[in-house]
Amino acid sequence: MGILEVKNVNKRFGGLQALGDVNLSVAENTVHAIIGPNGAGKSTLLNCLVGKLIPDTGSVMFAGQSVLGRKPYEINQMGISRVFQTPEIFGDLSVMENMMIPLLAKRDGSFRMHAIESLEDERELRAEAEKMLDEVNMLDKQDMHSASMSRGDKRRLEMAMCLIQRPKLLLLDEPTAGMARADTNNTIDLLKEIKEKRDITMCIIEHDMHVVFSLADRITVLAQGTPLVEDTPENIKGHPKVKEAYLGEAA
Amino acid sequence: MLGIKGKDLSVFILVAVLALLAPFLLNPFPVDSAMAQFNAGYPDLMQRFVIFGIFAIGFNILFGLTGYLSFGHAAFLGVGSYAAIWMMKLVSLNIVPGIIMAIVFAGLFSVLVGYISLRRSGIYFSILTLAFAQMSYALAYSVLTPITGGETGLQIKPGDTPLLSNVAEGEIGRANFFGLEMSDSSVITLGGWEFTMNVGYYVCAVVMIAAFYLAIRIFRSPFGMMLRAVKSNQQRMNYTGLNSKPYTLAAFVISGMYAGLAGGLMVAMDTQVGPERMFWTASGEVVLMTILGGAGTLIGPVLGAGFIKYMENIVSKINSTVLHEWFAFLPDGMEDFLVTIFYPFVGKGWHLTLGLMFMAVVIFLPGGLVQGGQKIAAMFRGKKAAEKDGKTANQQTPAE
Repeated sequence: MGILEVKNVNKRFGGLQALGDVNLSVAENTVHAIIGPNGAGKSTLLNCLVGKLIPDTGSVMFAGQSVLGRKPYEINQMGISRVFQTPEIFGDLSVMENMMIPLLAKRDGSFRMHAIESLEDERELRAEAEKMLDEVNMLDKQDMHSASMSRGDKRRLEMAMCLIQRPKLLLLDEPTAGMARADTNNTIDLLKEIKEKRDITMCIIEHDMHVVFSLADRITVLAQGTPLVEDTPENIKGHPKVKEAYLGEAA
Repeated sequence: MLGIKGKDLSVFILVAVLALLAPFLLNPFPVDSAMAQFNAGYPDLMQRFVIFGIFAIGFNILFGLTGYLSFGHAAFLGVGSYAAIWMMKLVSLNIVPGIIMAIVFAGLFSVLVGYISLRRSGIYFSILTLAFAQMSYALAYSVLTPITGGETGLQIKPGDTPLLSNVAEGEIGRANFFGLEMSDSSVITLGGWEFTMNVGYYVCAVVMIAAFYLAIRIFRSPFGMMLRAVKSNQQRMNYTGLNSKPYTLAAFVISGMYAGLAGGLMVAMDTQVGPERMFWTASGEVVLMTILGGAGTLIGPVLGAGFIKYMENIVSKINSTVLHEWFAFLPDGMEDFLVTIFYPFVGKGWHLTLGLMFMAVVIFLPGGLVQGGQKIAAMFRGKKAAEKDGKTANQQTPAE
């Protein structure tokens, strides 16, 4: 029984069957990659996991509890964090403030009216944030306006914001999309490091095969909304069905 | 000190000192001089400065922090005013219960309006709040006449005998603060200068300083940071385990209560209310004040409120006779020509001056008067320091 169990999930957008009978089981403390050509339903599947979309049928269980019908913030409070395709950070805020928000969310829940307390008094949280920033090599940037940073830094900040909540499951939606080779390699190293240091399950949606094969323990290939195969990276590499899905009938 | 420090503390002290010394600072010209008409240090106007300052400080908590632009805040001001005048008519001529009820009722009304309007964001939110405010205005003007006095509004009349105050038969009750009447003033004469120390003004000023202090605390609290997060990226907020709805509603209600406080103080200073207080131009005015001063900054709304109220009361008093006096030293033809040029911008045309100033500020200083101040300060410190400032988050960023 995996930490994340997706059973018979279907999702239709009008006449388009975006997901058809998707079954997926992500085992605890593994890196599970979901790959597939454009329009295969990868992002739709991810959105069903985080509460942005509700599947028409089927069930999504996380750590024994259903996530269906819950709001994104409730699902986050259950222990799922998400990294977006384009880094979603609080651009108007400083790097340190960006780190304080997930910490406060973790400590105080989805809403608390702490209007008179001073932010400066949260020394414990600040120390925790500094530790995390140090881990992603951003401690020197803590007072920077986060919108003015490079894309790679924004990505690292977003990951740090997710990780500081100590999620049980981290969902990554094309974490290296649009990155230069060097940045991609840095991201791979960062993710590997994260994996080594803590107990965390990751689910990665990715186009870049280099990333997938250097990180994943298991790979699911999606095509036209249905899982084609699920196997270890070694077996996926030469799989004829995968080649077919990516390169078309001719291959 | 007081749980605030550094820059915030100096801004707070500056505002407190300005507010307490206003009767002196706003009367820089001797009474007999030609410039005396630029003196703003009379109680009525000073009260309006601080009351609208409170209104704008509250509005800034919503608009400056969360970015939700409400076009209906005058409704809360009006509700507060009606609540306060009824307290004075029925319960006590002491202003304290009236002001407390003004805050309570404005708060309750803003829960209702906010709960409905905050289902949408952006322009739809603005339109919903505008609709609510216009609805309140229309109701106060017509259907709710038994409560609001309709077109004529409400004022304290000779027949009003509040429960807890002793008013002689036929006497018109006057608002007081534990016996101190709001209209009491003492005039200090120093040479050619006259300074009016008015009880009502000082009550308003102290309340404004307290309201400003509370706003600083909110700005620097974790709650204030969450409100800025709402403006910055609601998507990230929701995926970070935070429910943005109650945060925006709380900000909306707080700013509604500030508006109610302002409304209650207005009644305390001048015991009458009319529905025009809720008209949409009144809602628009507070938006102008906040943007003109600098939305999202601490001191901006106060500056904006002072600036607009000064223009409204001082520039509008300049008439053609005054203009002729100013240009009297010129040959007749030139004098008439200049008077013709300047006339549309003063007197009843003060809105034109305000409009041009507003356009200039929005185009050249999107951060409002505060940004203007920062630019001037940066010029003195040298350009390098300014560039460095631009890269840190300490700089206060204007609202869109």
